[in-house]
Amino acid sequence: MDWMYVFMPIAGVYIFWPGLIILGIGVGVIGGFFGMGGAWMVTPGLNILGFPMAFAIGTDIAHMAGKSLISTMRHGKFGNVDYKLGLIMLVGTVVGFEVGAQMVMWLERLGNVEKVVRWIYLALLILIAWMVFHDVAKRKQKERDAAKQGKQVDALATGIEWHKTLHKIKIPPMVHLRVAGIYCSAWLPILVSFLTGWLAGILGIGGGLIRMPALIYFIGCPTHVAVGTDLFEVMISGLYGAATYTYKGRTELVAAVIMLIGAAIGAQIGSVATKYIKGYGIRVAFGIAVIACAVSILLKLLAKFYPAYGVLLDNSATVVILGTVSLLSLYIIVAFVQGARKEIQAKKARA
Amino acid sequence: MRSFWNSWGRRLNGIWLSIWTGMLMMPVMAMAAGGEKVEKMVIVADTRGLPPWEAWWANLYNESHVYFTIVTIIIIPVVGVIFGTIADLFMGMIGIDLKSRDLAEH
Repeated sequence: MDWMYVFMPIAGVYIFWPGLIILGIGVGVIGGFFGMGGAWMVTPGLNILGFPMAFAIGTDIAHMAGKSLISTMRHGKFGNVDYKLGLIMLVGTVVGFEVGAQMVMWLERLGNVEKVVRWIYLALLILIAWMVFHDVAKRKQKERDAAKQGKQVDALATGIEWHKTLHKIKIPPMVHLRVAGIYCSAWLPILVSFLTGWLAGILGIGGGLIRMPALIYFIGCPTHVAVGTDLFEVMISGLYGAATYTYKGRTELVAAVIMLIGAAIGAQIGSVATKYIKGYGIRVAFGIAVIACAVSILLKLLAKFYPAYGVLLDNSATVVILGTVSLLSLYIIVAFVQGARKEIQAKKARA
Repeated sequence: MRSFWNSWGRRLNGIWLSIWTGMLMMPVMAMAAGGEKVEKMVIVADTRGLPPWEAWWANLYNESHVYFTIVTIIIIPVVGVIFGTIADLFMGMIGIDLKSRDLAEH
């Protein structure tokens, strides 16, 4: 079975290459569907396959850039990418990320920040999960109220409408974001991206997990446009991240390219699946992914508090992440197959 | 009132331009900020017994991280576009519409 292992010339380890392809497919499906890089799933996966942690992070970021490019190409064709919004947000993201990263270095000099960072991450994930499910509950309430009056809720109506209040701030320059259908002050996306970038910098993550809901709830993007635009951002920040990690000598390109084979297939499935699932379906699935991420962080924190159960809790965290990724991937693939089948049947019936 | 907003508009446009300039400069600052820790630990790839292309790749890594980074950053998007286009062709064969979607709701 030696042929199933490939040597990584930089990391100096033999890796089970079908595992890399499967991981690529999984993260491609999830990333293309939710509009995120998915570092929180890939890094533990690569680590399990045998990569040292430093190479796992760098390789993950390198593959993330390529995978997001594939997803952005597909979402761009569907008209889900607001490039103008993406470029404006890039300003805030880069500045915010660097401020956050510098702040962590400063905090490190003061003492151990790892636990603090993990607690902040956990609190943030709980907040995001609350936002998502509160929004879903409010939208359902609106539907029930409308049904009582014999009416139907507008298709564009949302549960949480914070963005409408934020759009009332008219500080120049004003921008018209055609694809997202938004007219607002340019400072709004800059401020939101600065805050999400700053948090990403502090937490040491790509930021898709935070930026996607921020695009929906604070800027007011439709779900599909939030997914596509976030992927465009992930693509650029991923390339930047890949450059810095590679410069530090922590990227294994051979593994990244093998993963991209799987990610190319997965990203197409994930991106096309957004065609068949309504915006709120995407939000609920995203909320579940966030909860799984929060549970795994909590388990990792508990492992530090109870060293006797450390190995068990750490392994459980990995199982939670990889189990959720597998289940969500399965849900998306099934939705894709069913949707594609219906579309082809409809096409044949028309012909 | 209008002149007040005009003057503020001009100032904000100035800040706007400064942010863009700052953003362009940011990677240089980030590289400089992130460089310190790297120099403390150097990982060298073992090229002994590697086949030719792997040996070349590992040597490139050992000799210059700058060239290694440039090549990596070129290869990733190129490979992404190639694989993406191939996957696109296969998806096109299934017979689904890959250029538009009907859903427009949130």
